[in-house]
Amino acid sequence: MYEAMRKIRAFEGKVAEIYHLKEIKCPVHLCIGQEAVAAGVCQTLKKEDYLFSNHRGHGHLIAKGAGLKYLMAELFGKKTGCSGARGGSMHLVDIERNVPGTSAIVGGGIPLAVGAALASSVKKNNRVSAAFFGDGAFDEGVFHESMNFAALKKLPVLFVCENNLYATNSPQRARHARCDIAGFAGAYGIKGVRVDGNDAIEVHAAAQEAVNNARLGRGPALIEAMTYRWMGHVGPEEDWKKGLREKTELDSWKGSCPIKKIKRVLLNENIAAQNEIDAIDARIEADVNEAVEFARKSPEPEGKGLFEGLFCE
Amino acid sequence: MPWTELRENRTTTGLDADVISRRISFRDALLEATAEMLASDPSVIVMGEGVDDSQGVFGTTAGLKDRFGADRVFDVPLAENGMTGIAIGASIAGLRPVFVHMRNDFLLTAMDQIANHAAKWSYMFNSRLHVPLTIRAVIGRGWGSGAQHSQALHSLFAHIPGLKVVLPSTPFDAKGLLMASILDDNPVIFIEHRWLYDKQGHVPEAPYAVPIGKANILRPGKDLTIAAISYMALEAMMAAEELAKKGIDVEVIDLRTIAPLDAGLIIESVKKTGRLVVADVGWIFASIASEITALVAENALKSLRSAPVRIGLPHLPAPACHSLERAYYPDKGNIIDAVNRALGNGKQEKNEP
Repeated sequence: MYEAMRKIRAFEGKVAEIYHLKEIKCPVHLCIGQEAVAAGVCQTLKKEDYLFSNHRGHGHLIAKGAGLKYLMAELFGKKTGCSGARGGSMHLVDIERNVPGTSAIVGGGIPLAVGAALASSVKKNNRVSAAFFGDGAFDEGVFHESMNFAALKKLPVLFVCENNLYATNSPQRARHARCDIAGFAGAYGIKGVRVDGNDAIEVHAAAQEAVNNARLGRGPALIEAMTYRWMGHVGPEEDWKKGLREKTELDSWKGSCPIKKIKRVLLNENIAAQNEIDAIDARIEADVNEAVEFARKSPEPEGKGLFEGLFCE
Repeated sequence: MPWTELRENRTTTGLDADVISRRISFRDALLEATAEMLASDPSVIVMGEGVDDSQGVFGTTAGLKDRFGADRVFDVPLAENGMTGIAIGASIAGLRPVFVHMRNDFLLTAMDQIANHAAKWSYMFNSRLHVPLTIRAVIGRGWGSGAQHSQALHSLFAHIPGLKVVLPSTPFDAKGLLMASILDDNPVIFIEHRWLYDKQGHVPEAPYAVPIGKANILRPGKDLTIAAISYMALEAMMAAEELAKKGIDVEVIDLRTIAPLDAGLIIESVKKTGRLVVADVGWIFASIASEITALVAENALKSLRSAPVRIGLPHLPAPACHSLERAYYPDKGNIIDAVNRALGNGKQEKNEP
């Protein structure tokens, strides 16, 4: 889990660092500060399990094991990108690891995850589907429609709400009559649990229980992981300077950095030594740099390909 | 599967001379196609409000749950957008869902999933994913159905790249095109006019697919081309018969699919006849009828001997009462008027140097 989180932080840190060079030619929605949710959940998923992400999706793909090179190349708009430069940062895909496309319409990927779970149920292949979404998706009808149907058919779905308290710049308290997303699971007769989304171990435990139950045919579960995005809604910078959020609020959340938190556990419980962690960090740093070089050197798609692929023949 | 070989029919009934005609209704043709697909492919599922009740969506899904089980033929919550997303997710993960709606109008609540998701999934992910989903929806014209239960929205869907839009008018095409739609690896919006359900026609018992994207010449003719859509193909055929009595020989093309559009066949026909009337079941403004007219103007202007005429709905919601409905919906009379107008214009233009 530490490795996945470090990878996400390093990848997105690099994206933020080089964004001004304008080599990355699409909007980026960074999840720095939220890494524990993706890492904790994906640790419980098998390669064949489905994952449906959202516009803030780099972390989900990385945690599921997607190659950094292909993700970076997609951001660069290169032919070698995971979506062949057709998607950009908001539409990532990894067929091999069963991330079958990403929707950037808020809540849009949630019913797709339920549909994939329906297919698993019809085909009896015991695959679980995970849907990642933010607190903004709670506002959308499809969230509730999807929860109801998944509960009705007892489908193997894990609903993962990364509650970072804001939908773009609108705070949850300005949008929700009751700020208790996990609590709504009860209305659909399924289990809902709220966890510290900056604590990968807590996320992992909740996800493991939900995934186990789903595989046993006991139906879906909802996890509301409380977390915070350090950067602005879109782009490579913090947004307190624009007056969108309070710096004191950001600083307080930085105080519970998910990576520092898990690192402390690793060291305190003698699971890993500092030099081992340093070695992991160095390797990831090199991988990210390699991904940037790969993206830089990759060719752009040829214009003649514009008309290809509207329909599958 | 050998029977998936596409059959093109360019005759009125699709009846081969040596085949003994079996006549069934449009609704039974849809039911037969769905049953055959469920029987031949375990990945096919049928979902929608009322698909498993005793009525079975105007009889088009009647008895399927008993034959194929509640896991594959099931009722759904009235959550059109969410359920469309679920159907898309299922199709991405290897099923071939047929999602049935009793009205076109309800699809508007599912537009996000149809337009933002189903239509985009192949292109946005560089052809690495596909959405083999068939969405059936009924045009519920008549009997005071009014503004929210009778809309024909095919032009709206045709506007969105990534959707195929199919509107059969004969029982033969209803079966063959529904089978083709379910076999297709792309999202297909399959629109049925409820006034067609009782119409009888030749339908072979054996499975067959009619190619999506191919129009059909229902009646060859030399004086004028009528390009008709869905139920208007029937009105156009009736108009053609009356016109024939007066010595006017029109060619009637049933579009069958409007996306992709068989522009070639229409243009070829207009080049031959020199005149065009388009008869649509929807609003004319910003419609497929307008698109066809534009395509003909762009590609066959020199062949045109008179201005094309578009027949369709006025730019108004459908009224409920019978008297206003009569004024609202065009019929064979309007088509005959349009043909006469086009021929009249043609004569005038011919006299010009």
